[in-house]
Amino acid sequence: MKSYAVLLGVAFALSAGAPAQAADTIKLGMVAELSGAGAPAGTNWRDGAKLAVSEINAAGGILGKKVEMPEFDTQTDPQVSRALVQKAIDDGVVAIIGTVYSGSTMVNMLVAKQNSIPQFVGSEAPAIVEKGNPFVYRTSSGAQKGVPALTPYFKDTLKAKKVGVAWVNNEFGKGGRTVFLAEMKKAGIEVVADVASEQAQTDYAADIAKLKSAGPDAVFVYMNQEESARFLIEARKQALPMPLVGEVTLTEAKVIELAGPAAEGAIAHVGVTATATEVPGIAAFSKAFEESFKRKPTHDAIKGYVGVWATKYVTEKVGKVDGEAFAKAMSGLCLKVADHPKMLLDTCWDNRGEMSRPSFMVQVKNGAPVVIGTVPAN
Amino acid sequence: MSQFLQVLLSGLATGAVYALVAIGFTLVWQAAQTVNFAQGEFVMLPAFFVLVGMNWLGLSFWISLLFGLAVSVLLLGLVFKKLVVEPILPHGGITLIIATMALGILLKESAKEFYGAEAQPFPALFPGDPINILGAAVSLRDLMNLAISLGVVMLLTLFLNRTRTGRCMQATAQNPGVAEILGVDVKRMVLYTFLINAALAALASFLITPVYLAKFSNGETLGLIAFIAAIVGGFNQIRGALVGGLLIGVLDNLTATYVTAQYRAALPLILLIAIILLRPQGIMGTSEGRTV
Amino acid sequence: MRVPWRLLAVLLLLAAAILIPLGQKNYLIYVLTSWLIFSIAAMGLNLTLGYAGQISLAQASFMAIGAYTTALMTLAGWHWLVALPIGLVLCFVVGLVLGYPALRVKGHFLAFVTLAFNTLVFLLLRNEEWLTGGTYGLSGMPRPDLGLFSTDKQLSFYYFTLGVAVIAALAMWGIVRSPWGRAFKALRENPVRAESLGVDTRRVTLLAFAIGSAYGGLAGALVTPLVQFIEPGSFGLAHSLRVLLMVVVGGAGSFFGPFIGAAVVILLPEVLRFTEGYYLIIYSGLVIVMLVFVPSGLIGIWGRLRDRFRPQRQMRGDMPEGARLP
Repeated sequence: MKSYAVLLGVAFALSAGAPAQAADTIKLGMVAELSGAGAPAGTNWRDGAKLAVSEINAAGGILGKKVEMPEFDTQTDPQVSRALVQKAIDDGVVAIIGTVYSGSTMVNMLVAKQNSIPQFVGSEAPAIVEKGNPFVYRTSSGAQKGVPALTPYFKDTLKAKKVGVAWVNNEFGKGGRTVFLAEMKKAGIEVVADVASEQAQTDYAADIAKLKSAGPDAVFVYMNQEESARFLIEARKQALPMPLVGEVTLTEAKVIELAGPAAEGAIAHVGVTATATEVPGIAAFSKAFEESFKRKPTHDAIKGYVGVWATKYVTEKVGKVDGEAFAKAMSGLCLKVADHPKMLLDTCWDNRGEMSRPSFMVQVKNGAPVVIGTVPAN
Repeated sequence: MSQFLQVLLSGLATGAVYALVAIGFTLVWQAAQTVNFAQGEFVMLPAFFVLVGMNWLGLSFWISLLFGLAVSVLLLGLVFKKLVVEPILPHGGITLIIATMALGILLKESAKEFYGAEAQPFPALFPGDPINILGAAVSLRDLMNLAISLGVVMLLTLFLNRTRTGRCMQATAQNPGVAEILGVDVKRMVLYTFLINAALAALASFLITPVYLAKFSNGETLGLIAFIAAIVGGFNQIRGALVGGLLIGVLDNLTATYVTAQYRAALPLILLIAIILLRPQGIMGTSEGRTV
Repeated sequence: MRVPWRLLAVLLLLAAAILIPLGQKNYLIYVLTSWLIFSIAAMGLNLTLGYAGQISLAQASFMAIGAYTTALMTLAGWHWLVALPIGLVLCFVVGLVLGYPALRVKGHFLAFVTLAFNTLVFLLLRNEEWLTGGTYGLSGMPRPDLGLFSTDKQLSFYYFTLGVAVIAALAMWGIVRSPWGRAFKALRENPVRAESLGVDTRRVTLLAFAIGSAYGGLAGALVTPLVQFIEPGSFGLAHSLRVLLMVVVGGAGSFFGPFIGAAVVILLPEVLRFTEGYYLIIYSGLVIVMLVFVPSGLIGIWGRLRDRFRPQRQMRGDMPEGARLP
């Protein structure tokens, strides 16, 4: 068998092809979950970012240079995402926009750090900003900021003495659940049911039945979109009586569409929401997004959008393309909407890349999420 | 008690849908001695055909269901058999198994590219309003899932045992060579098997999607669970697949309620290993059909 | 005259593998390194599938065992070279324990058992947080320091992996040539005859599976220092299927098949990237087309071309069949 000839061919084919550099454009690397389990989040994140890029180019680009945003699909695989961040950097990008899934971000942020490339991520796991990486910045508050914002709601508004928590057993759900348990302990509220569910689980009967028999005053639901919808459908069927409170996902437009009437009454704390149309920037964004992509934006879309605009604002503040200087400028930075309208809300980062901005309490009423209160930045 | 009844009944209703998919596994196994690793995608896709009928072609829901069924039988039955199984089967079972894995990726990614990555709502065939049975909330939908699955298994068993075509199909499954000599049109019988498999998958799709929602990645979970159900029940028996499906549906819920939610997915797998160790022909299987 | 040519080509390839990464960017070197690692995993599965004719759907979980063993031990301060053999032995033993009952029964039961095993391993890695770090995984594993040769740089780690891969390939070559290996071959070519000649097919198959699993462990042990971050999701069922795909695409039962298969599975998405969202569709479509026309894998294309232009000795008709047992 002379198979090695084939091998030789493959090996030599590898050595060909090094990408050319263009000096009059600025490249941002869109590294996101465009296929696999993370595709819904990743594609929204990308489309939000795409909208920002076209707006920025229409307004003269970054430092007068046209912006390009090559896309890299991680297939929701952390190892692939790491390789692709490396590839994007090899291709000469000046910033990475992505990834959304925390598992991927945890891996690929090491590469961006090694190369001193700023990276805006859509991930919310607490661990991301705990690694002392000055080049990684969130575009939404991490679970350790978002979930505590709910504590006063459980304690003062609902006056709950005992609560239940239903969470999806992946790195996203686990992060939220850990913070929630710690918060409840601090607030002196007893957690009487701690219910884990699988990603893509088919039957939520057992989860709901367990919550029902534990009889908490309120349930904290921390799951991804479809899981939230399936959970709500089963909760309605078994007539789970207590309020269901979530963080971000539970009252998203998509969840309401999927769960239908079962979503009625669900409450959530949301960092940024396309439904907060009383904020002029958000209203304009939602309109532009729907015109471009023929669907409603999710919070991931807003995050991608804000990530790209923040890259522009900060790069122009620094005055040149320089990762180190960018990182220095980001530390403790606040971008006010008055001067930076496309940030949509006043946004600050601390020295670890954690982000804070005002947020909202939202409840589903008559099939639509309604803002029932604002929570100041913490 | 009401909690036990609740998870038991819900588990039966979900398990009934697994059973339909598992039956497909056993049928294809009998006809082609192969495992269709795209079976989960075969359940994911028909719901999207219906959505295409409703949202792109503007058909009414019930017409779209018929449209979805027809397209499924055509594509997942006829075309699958002609373009994938027939040319690859002579190269061996393992090659065909790999081909079905590739097909699974193809179908999944196609659904995502051409319809969308986000989950879609799917209209219910039966109302989901709860009926109270001894403190357990059960919907008409649950009861119909169960009734339809049991009905299909009965009809299928009757068809295979009582009709001429059914017997020819069984003869083909047991020994294609001898069946051919006896004048059975083996190719046609194998084709029937694939058409029935596609129809069963479409039915399962229509029953589970109103609750499970239409999403391109649904097949991963559904395919794996049904596959386990088929092995646990017995790969060469239709009623085995039924028992396997119901058992997995119920055990999953019971484990999550009374033992551990974190390891709920482990129980069916441990069951699978135990079955292979102790009763390799499956709970309902007969040993003679197992030898390959 | 066959042998020198073969040797020459292998040496040429090796020279190419040494020279190509020089002066290349980090990304390409990273891709080449993961190509080598997956080639090792595929080589192991090739022994199970190509030679012993059994499907294993758990190669990724053996990679996980290798990866977590080395990760936990190197994090605890042990040298990678100490951790490696422990990981390999662990995989080998688990392979024996898993394979023994499955192979007791005929048919595709090993496939079923390994399918369940892969998911069980994933659940254990995810849930047993005290040991494995749970969903957040383990990070910050050091790369092996070999005295004079530190593997911290991407390129030096590539050469380190290349060295390991060459040793693994030579060992595989030895296994296939040994008396045991001849039994594998006999099994592949004609299982019935092999049995009648006194080959204990079950024992040989079991051994093939266990050795193949240990190769998976070796690949995993290399993933740990390459990525320096491991989490359960990287060792799911989909990754086992991916390794299986590599073996089949390359050509099950051929020595160089795994290298070609791994190259195609890892590089084709790169080549097809310009098609954006459609590349996985095109890719899986191509695999099906290939299985229809060249079921013996890409290596079979070369064989076909050669046969067309230079008819050779007649092959026994049942030889190719042996690669795909019952």
